[in-house]
Amino acid sequence: MSAAGARPASTSPRPPTDVSNPQYYHKVVDCQWACPAHTNVPEYIRLIAQGRYSDAYLLNRESNVFPGILGRTCDRPCEPACRRGRIDGKPVAICRLKRVAADHRGDVTDRLPKAPAEKNGKRVALIGAGPASLTVANDLMPLGYQVTILEKLAEPGGLMRINIPSFRLPAEVLDEEVGSILGMGVDIRYNSPVESMRTLLEDPWDAVFVGSGAPKGKDLEIPGRTEAAANIHIGIEWLASAHFGHIERIGERVLIIGVGNTAMDCCRTSRRLGGHDVKVIARRSRPYFKASPWELEDAEEEGIAIVENHAPKRFVLENGRLVGLELERLRWFDQNGRQKSEVVDTVVIPCDDVILAIGQDNAFPWIERDVGIDFDEHGMPIVDKTTMQCSRPGVFFGGDAAWGPENIIWAVEHGHQAAISIHQHCQSQPLSERPAYGMNLVSSKVGMHAWSYSNDYSPLPRTKMQHAELTKRFAGLGVEVELGFTAEETAREVERCLNCDIETHFTASLCIECDACIDVCPVNCLTIAPDVADDMDLRAWLSAPTMNPTQALYSSSPLPQTQRIMVKDEDVCLHCGLCAERCPTAAWDMRQFELLVPYALGRAASRLATVMPSFALPVTNQAVQNA
Amino acid sequence: MASITKPPVRHPSLPTNALGFTKRDYEGAMSTLCAGCGHDSVTAALVQALWELELPPHRAAKMSGIGCSSKTTAYFLRQSHGFNGVHGRMPALATGANAANRQLAYIGISGDGDSLSIGLGQLCHAIRRNLNMMYVLENNGVYGLTKGQFSASADVGSKSKRGEANVQPPIDPVLLALSLGATFVARSFSGDKAQLVPILKAAIRHNGFALIDVISPCVSFNDHETSTKSYRYTRNHYLEVAPVDFVPLRREIATEQGEDALTSVTMHDGSVVRFRKVANEYDPTNRDAAYAYLRARHAHGEVVTGLLHIDENAPDMHAVAGTVETPLVDLDFNALCPGGAALAELMDEYR
Ligand SMILES: Cc1cc2nc3c(=O)[nH]c(=O)nc-3n(C[C@H](O)[C@H](O)[C@H](O)COP(=O)(O)OP(=O)(O)OC[C@H]3O[C@@H](n4cnc5c(N)ncnc54)[C@H](O)[C@@H]3O)c2cc1C
Ligand SMILES: Cc1ncc(C[n+]2csc(CCOP(=O)(O)OP(=O)(O)O)c2C)c(N)n1
Ligand code: SF4
Ligand code: SF4
Ligand code: SF4
Ligand SMILES: [Mg+2]
Repeated sequence: MSAAGARPASTSPRPPTDVSNPQYYHKVVDCQWACPAHTNVPEYIRLIAQGRYSDAYLLNRESNVFPGILGRTCDRPCEPACRRGRIDGKPVAICRLKRVAADHRGDVTDRLPKAPAEKNGKRVALIGAGPASLTVANDLMPLGYQVTILEKLAEPGGLMRINIPSFRLPAEVLDEEVGSILGMGVDIRYNSPVESMRTLLEDPWDAVFVGSGAPKGKDLEIPGRTEAAANIHIGIEWLASAHFGHIERIGERVLIIGVGNTAMDCCRTSRRLGGHDVKVIARRSRPYFKASPWELEDAEEEGIAIVENHAPKRFVLENGRLVGLELERLRWFDQNGRQKSEVVDTVVIPCDDVILAIGQDNAFPWIERDVGIDFDEHGMPIVDKTTMQCSRPGVFFGGDAAWGPENIIWAVEHGHQAAISIHQHCQSQPLSERPAYGMNLVSSKVGMHAWSYSNDYSPLPRTKMQHAELTKRFAGLGVEVELGFTAEETAREVERCLNCDIETHFTASLCIECDACIDVCPVNCLTIAPDVADDMDLRAWLSAPTMNPTQALYSSSPLPQTQRIMVKDEDVCLHCGLCAERCPTAAWDMRQFELLVPYALGRAASRLATVMPSFALPVTNQAVQNA
Repeated sequence: MASITKPPVRHPSLPTNALGFTKRDYEGAMSTLCAGCGHDSVTAALVQALWELELPPHRAAKMSGIGCSSKTTAYFLRQSHGFNGVHGRMPALATGANAANRQLAYIGISGDGDSLSIGLGQLCHAIRRNLNMMYVLENNGVYGLTKGQFSASADVGSKSKRGEANVQPPIDPVLLALSLGATFVARSFSGDKAQLVPILKAAIRHNGFALIDVISPCVSFNDHETSTKSYRYTRNHYLEVAPVDFVPLRREIATEQGEDALTSVTMHDGSVVRFRKVANEYDPTNRDAAYAYLRARHAHGEVVTGLLHIDENAPDMHAVAGTVETPLVDLDFNALCPGGAALAELMDEYR
């Protein structure tokens, strides 16, 4: 007699998936997993859906500190990761929903972190007032630290202030969120460039954090560079000058060299300062551009041309004045798996000004090389990836200063980690022992086939952000282009979220192997398979061909009747709950997962315990070391 | 019931068949059966089989009577023909439909109550006529829809949920069909799609009456420990003697030709049923031997499954009656209604 449907296993049994490790379900929440700061995206989207904007804002603030700023400017690594993108091609507009929370919230002053009147006696110096340092201050002030920020400029915010143009990020938004941190009583000293690390370290600081960014724009040394210097600008410096009002005009014909984020801001700023014929010059073709697709779209909407496969060769001058740029037209081809280029011909594109946006470098002329801070051969400090500490104990780096230009959300995460390290350092605890992540897992069942979340699938396409009319937006640098979502747009976009944090939780001992869950699943996630150890062997059994081996495979312990195992390919699960609804024994349940992220202040408070008191029995609340 | 209908999205890599359809295109309305009902799994197996057969949905007719099982015709092939008749009368309806249009694939779904109690006479005569249809009997040992009374397939000694034992001997639809001359007889289990799907495919391609008795547990009224039609009991007493692979005509390859006659049977349309394994000395083409074998294993309490008997040479109802090839709907009016003179001529023959 053979067990019905069971076929011989090809290899030894596999250990069941350990879902008590917070990182397993965390990875299923694609957006949260991709977010450097692990923002609890699906929960904030649900709060927005309920009109609880202030709650949504504060949930964001806990992890990403600057929801209003990031809701407009974040590089949004969450969106390419979003499961919805694998279902209908377009991710949920996660970032712009964050802005909805920020725009529509009430006064949250009372609910923001406060610094205690009594200080803990520890003094910390932060160099630079960019997002990295501001996050360190945000995390340490409530613990009673005396935090001093030393800033070269007269304003806080770093590149968010002087480089990100105000048509993308209005000054008031920046002022308010930076103000909520500085307002805790940070000792901020403007116009105070640190010119010598040695001198700074002579002061008995308990810890020093370097958040000075990557302030040097790269230059392009080709013939004509010095002669035409008056009309050749370095992107980040030029943007800063535009911010300070030092420059108010640019020529009518402008060429931007480079096609990254800085190039996008330079070309769009040029359009607002008199540039009519603005072109962005790229060495390669579109799939290789560093700028995100949405940034390119926004630039092209403003009439900016993107010139692909052209490399600058020479600045062309007439009567000592820049009149054009000579470029080599390139053809790319594959040579033994490597992309190579050859020159097809050369062209001259006439222009009045050229802006160089080909990258940034770090520069630490003010850090003496004999103060115990080791640098590598590229002039970069050697910084520990986990603790953010350099070779000199008590000195930490974060943001663009640590490993070169990144983005705001990474600067924030570095800030959180540095704050944890500083706190441990000041308490003489070993930095390598990081505080543990925790989790909560609570059934979302609230009745027969009723769930605490909206489980139906909305087939609507991604909501398009409305933009200010072209004629209006060029009126000044400060006219914000994106208008934000209306209430109606918000209401439909929130429903696109698949609630990836409401996990399909399986109890093998309850399963009678009726196949109901497998049969009902609209996207063929589930399979009852033989107990084989190897992932690829197991994938060969799946109900739908495996597409995405980077997504986890859940596998259960052996099932009671046939000793086969339940397998779930997490890839395209809609979290619709139909498996749980069709299961006669509740072997499948839909459980809300909450990652409890550790900060310097301690583990974030569980929302499940406070928001849903009647369902607050934590099924698992295990501390597992961040894998 | 479920709180939502199955979302319209599908797995991005779900394959399509030659008609360009995915499996999802062979589904029907959302099931209203109890969660975990075996009948839903049979529906899923049908969806799989019909998709694999590349059957154009509009070339099928779903026929059924009354019962939870009979309801399931609503849950697959949302774009086909269908008739949901009164209790036990599906065979007569299917006969009529088939008489009028022999070119559709007839898929009958019934239950042990619908077939073995009120509809027993109807079933017997459909078998005798060798009506060209697939007849799926979803067998759970109870009247599920009316809350779990014993049906005529309940085993002696099997206990109801409340504890009474059944005392009347069961009607085994497989033995019944064999004794009535059925030309395709199979038994399978809702929990074993690997076995069921190829049997369903072969049954649809069979030219004649194909009976498939599918053990299909009723989770609400007959899946308890003392039941002999539960998931666990079926798995513990399962004996797979004749599982098959179905090889459609156009995939047939040369190397299969020299094979032992018993291990593969060529069907009338040229496709092949290949027996994956056959229990010792079991011959699915020998009706009497099959009957004896089944009786013997049954005495040991075993649930014998597989394609238990196949006879591809018997004429179907149309062949016996010598009816016209063309569906009546496609005949031109004069051929269909030849008029008063033709009628008078016919009447003369009986004078
Ligand atoms: C044009 C442009 C557009 C960008 N757009 C985006 C975007 O849309 N989204 C995004 O996420 N990221 C964007 N970025 C990147 C992002 O701005 C940076 O990654 C981020 O600001 C880095 O933060 P930080 O705290 O490390 O340093 P910074 O923001 O660079 O701040 C460093 C601060 O340190 C000060 N400082 C430097 N040296 C000293 C010193 N010796 N003494 C005292 N103070 C000093 C500087 O004045 C500055 O205020 C953009 C960058 C550029 C150039
Ligand atoms: C003429 C008639 N008699 C009796 C009934 C009541 N009735 C409804 S379903 C059913 C039995 C169905 O049993 P089965 O065919 O085994 O289907 P199941 O629900 O078990 O799948 C009966 C007796 C009826 N509907 N019509
Ligand atoms: S669907 Fe929602 S929860 Fe899932 S990855 Fe996208 S935003 Fe996150
Ligand atoms: S929740 Fe269940 S039924 Fe829905 S897609 Fe995920 S696994 Fe499938
Ligand atoms: S529906 Fe429930 S009992 Fe049935 S196979 Fe799925 S998990 Fe097991
Ligand atoms: Mg029944």
